[in-house]
Amino acid sequence: MDSVQTKRDRPWLMRTYSGHSSARASNALYRTNLAKGQTGLSVAFDLPTQTGYDADSPLARGEVGKVGVPISHIEDMDQLFDQIPLDQMNTAMTINATAPWLLSLYIGLAQRRGIDPKKLSGTTQNDIIKEYLSRGTYIYPPGPSMRLIADTINYTVKHVPKWNPTNICSYHLQEAGATPVQELAYALCTATAVLDRVQASGEIRPEEFSQVVERISFFVNAGIRFVEECCKLRAFGEMWDELTLTRYKVADPKLRRFRYGVQVNSLGLTEPQPENNVQRIVLEMLAVALSKGARARAIQLPAWNEAMGLPRPWDQQWALRMQQVLAFETDLLEYEDILDGSPVIAAKVRQLVEGARREIENVEAQGGIIAAIESGYVKRELVASHMQRLRAIESGELKIIGVNCFQETAESPLTLGSDGGIMKTDPAAEREQIERLQAHRKKRSEADVQAALQGLSDAARSGDNIMPSSIRCALAGVSTGEWGDSLRAVFGEFRPPTGIDIAIDSRAVLGKKDQVTDLRARVASTGAALGRPLKLLVGKPGLDGHSNGAEQIAVKARDVGFEVVYDGIRLTPQQIAQAAEEEGVHMVGLSILSGSHMELVESVLQELRSRDLASVPVIAGGIIPQEDATKLAALGVSAVYTPKDFNLNTIMADMVDVIRHANGLERLGQLP
Amino acid sequence: MAQANLPEPEQLALRILRGERAAVAGGLNLLDNKLPEARNRSARLLAALSGERALNDGHLVGVTGPPGAGKSSLVSAMIREWRLAGRTVGVLAVDPSSRPELGGGALLGDRIRIKNSSHDDGLFIRSLANRNQLGGVATEVWPMSWLMLACFDIVVIETVGVGQTEIDIAEIGDTVCYVAQPASGDTIQYLKSGIIEIPDIFVVNKSDIGAAARKTASELGRSAPRPDRRDDWDYPVCLVSATMNTGIRQLNEHFDRHRKYLVGADLLGTLRARHQSGWVVRLLKEEFGTFGLELIGGCAAVGERLGENQHRQFEEYERMRKHILSRFMSASQPSSLTKGAS
Ligand code: B12
Ligand SMILES: Nc1nc2c(ncn2[C@@H]2O[C@H](COP(=O)(O)OP(=O)(O)O)[C@@H](O)[C@H]2O)c(=O)[nH]1
Ligand SMILES: [Mg+2]
Repeated sequence: MDSVQTKRDRPWLMRTYSGHSSARASNALYRTNLAKGQTGLSVAFDLPTQTGYDADSPLARGEVGKVGVPISHIEDMDQLFDQIPLDQMNTAMTINATAPWLLSLYIGLAQRRGIDPKKLSGTTQNDIIKEYLSRGTYIYPPGPSMRLIADTINYTVKHVPKWNPTNICSYHLQEAGATPVQELAYALCTATAVLDRVQASGEIRPEEFSQVVERISFFVNAGIRFVEECCKLRAFGEMWDELTLTRYKVADPKLRRFRYGVQVNSLGLTEPQPENNVQRIVLEMLAVALSKGARARAIQLPAWNEAMGLPRPWDQQWALRMQQVLAFETDLLEYEDILDGSPVIAAKVRQLVEGARREIENVEAQGGIIAAIESGYVKRELVASHMQRLRAIESGELKIIGVNCFQETAESPLTLGSDGGIMKTDPAAEREQIERLQAHRKKRSEADVQAALQGLSDAARSGDNIMPSSIRCALAGVSTGEWGDSLRAVFGEFRPPTGIDIAIDSRAVLGKKDQVTDLRARVASTGAALGRPLKLLVGKPGLDGHSNGAEQIAVKARDVGFEVVYDGIRLTPQQIAQAAEEEGVHMVGLSILSGSHMELVESVLQELRSRDLASVPVIAGGIIPQEDATKLAALGVSAVYTPKDFNLNTIMADMVDVIRHANGLERLGQLP
Repeated sequence: MAQANLPEPEQLALRILRGERAAVAGGLNLLDNKLPEARNRSARLLAALSGERALNDGHLVGVTGPPGAGKSSLVSAMIREWRLAGRTVGVLAVDPSSRPELGGGALLGDRIRIKNSSHDDGLFIRSLANRNQLGGVATEVWPMSWLMLACFDIVVIETVGVGQTEIDIAEIGDTVCYVAQPASGDTIQYLKSGIIEIPDIFVVNKSDIGAAARKTASELGRSAPRPDRRDDWDYPVCLVSATMNTGIRQLNEHFDRHRKYLVGADLLGTLRARHQSGWVVRLLKEEFGTFGLELIGGCAAVGERLGENQHRQFEEYERMRKHILSRFMSASQPSSLTKGAS
């Protein structure tokens, strides 16, 4: 066969997004993953690290080491990269509000190991805009946050030239419900906002600005409509080429290339019949691999058990093998772009480009992406898009195999194991991390720490680049919480609009029309029987940023007649119980996807009891394994909902019945 | 069931006067409750709470303006200053409900804008849906603000008002403050409509955005006075930034100054009494129409009866309501007979 002689393209970087429990446990995982043929690292940090709290902060309770690795100081970083040569590794870090800090720890560690930072390569995600819109690990207001991004860009361009200082993300927008056009538009608006900010800083000479543009990379999503997704990536390439040429006058076409990494869609991965997710993941990967001209530079794939909980090493291995089969067994990498010249593809690309242009103009007319975030506009657009998606699933217009059609199934052997088919993080991790941190605090020089922190505050106030003083902090042994708090003291904190205040679309049918009418009558008559309209508190306790479920429940509840209080993400159990009391609600609905539901629900219940609100029913939703749902019921939780409960009308009817039952009224039962 | 859980009003009143948060919450729930037994107890609760304080103490501050003007952010900034000065604050934040044919639900999202992240026992926030009543203001505001006045130094009522009608602004507080959106069409509209003269204090928020805010402030300053303007009050226009926390202390001083002015001119008690009869008239009118109101002798009679019974206005209102109800019942007897026959 002549295929032996055929020249093959080099495959993309293959990563798995991972990290859990502790630096030591994560390091062991990374080294086995690399041994299996993974070619880069992608670090998942835990939520305290992402939101700038120490492991022993009360806000970190229950979250340390859960959804990622806890990194509290430089010794943790050292352990995370134990026996991994920093100058040879390509390390992607999903880190945003605290990106300058984690990058400083990485650079500090390299310096300590005698490695020239110029040799470091990798990526800090460092895109705050999508944190406000979807991902939720923001800390500071938009102004200072954009400045921190500009600082890392200005610093790395000069001192760590192979680093991608920011990864503009449309990935998370799709996970929050964005359409392809919205993804294109908002990601490109974000990129412009970042580049404009760097330009305005005046730190880069105009003739060197092309290099800055070249360092901007993207992190993109690919959903199951893979033909359209493939076109979206071609559209991205075209639009970026044009934008960088016209707006930033980048003459060299090589520097205008749209460079991107991918994680394929997870929102569409299902809890029922989870094995079907494998097909979905593979098809989604095609979208970003098929077209050579628009091919991803790096790919990471979710696992088949995505909607159940965290993946185990074997699940991640399976995902890695999918990439390897496509890259090494198929003939894909032997061809030039197989879609070039297709009029069908070209027409679809044009359609997407035109739609995105219109939305970009719309945002520009509102004063740019930051103004459109502060006003709540973009978030409302995303919430509305997601609502459309859920309605389509409910009506059956959007088919999801195993969920709203073809539900019959044999029992899956994949989920039968004693671990329930998911990874359980080390329950001792939190305590051990706290002990490690407290021991570390005793060992370091307090004078050095104070001096370094003073330097950090001074830089934050004066406007000097934040990186040199942050690296000094890293080397002095400053902790993540200390770094975060120092900047909180200067910049303040920020909560973006929740975006749920969208108009009721009276033209579109809300789910099944007759059911909605029926539901409204049930809500109204139950309210009348209790003397006042039903009032619901939707609460998101802990550091969890997954807001989709809470938003959709809140909007739907409003649509069927509830008065809904929803204050957004990252509240303490105490704040939630206090809101329940002050607002006089009939029910508290908690949404928790971070895996910390046991700790958090229990403290909310406790806080409610201490306020004499034990009679207010509490329900919970999110990623909650059956085993835990049973335990929650024993604690007094009235109902638990998980992704398999996709029908919002059914949930609403159930909620009304929970309230009725708690108040001694007869249940009304299922909707007709 | 539900009724069995209704609290004993007199006991509840004692606990509210002691400032117990759970009691305040329970009292507000009771006032919100429209079951007949709850209405009776509500009247008893308010009677037990009132007395001199309802007419002469505390400060009811109304904050209104178009959506997005920054009312909640501003209230938050005002609260920060008040709390620093050791004054306790109750807030009623009113948001619109969706139309009845669309389910009548509501999203109440002001809490988090108003509240600073730290826990604070001296601040209590209740959000309310307007339930499509009275041009933007929920009828529950009247009894609820009365309750809050019994246990907080300052009670703030935030309502969305686009300035199209007088009701949504005039009678929500001792001191009414209108928050304008810099350079917005709403504000211009508002200026033209002349209603601009109703609020006691004007605020142009978002001064941090610069020229547009200053321009709006100067336009407001120049607007023509209305005939019913009080000559001895200066109707200040304040340029502030809620997010940058500038101009807030001065604004709060205007609030204090306005209250002092009302007390000095012996207006506070009469103003509250007038507002309350305004509420009662509108409540009765909304429930029974002009015809119903006539059954008890019309507006003037309402004013008179309330005036005679200043400390028990809510009870008086309940009495008038029941009176009209019974008249309605007896009037509708024959028709219900015919109904039964068909
Ligand atoms: C979308 C998504 C995201 C989006 C979130 C966007 C947003 N603004 O919500 C993005 C990309 C930002 C994201 C980020 C992360 N994610 Co994520 N994410 C998901 C994903 C794919 C879907 C969740 C979702 O939105 N579903 C759609 C909504 C409508 O469904 P739902 O929330 O489940 O709600 C339904 C029911 O559960 C129920 N319900 C839920 N809440 C409530 C509340 C009430 C009152 C009621 C009645 C019902 C109810 O009703 C809803 C209707 O069906 C899940 C996996 C999956 N397929 O489920 C992972 C998942 C939740 N993520 C996970 C992780 C780890 C993360 C990260 C923490 C990773 C990291 N280390 O950084 C980050 C950080 C996020 C943060 N700040 O906390 C893990 C959690 C692991 C665990 N629990 O053990 C999951 C399970 C994936 C996995 N297997 O690893 N994620
Ligand atoms: N620039 C600026 N924005 C503000 C200010 N006050 C509020 N905002 C913003 O205006 C929007 C609406 O604020 P909100 O307080 O909810 O307004 P409300 O609807 O009138 O209660 C939010 O995005 C606020 O962040 C301010 O002083 N300056
Ligand atoms: Mg408001």
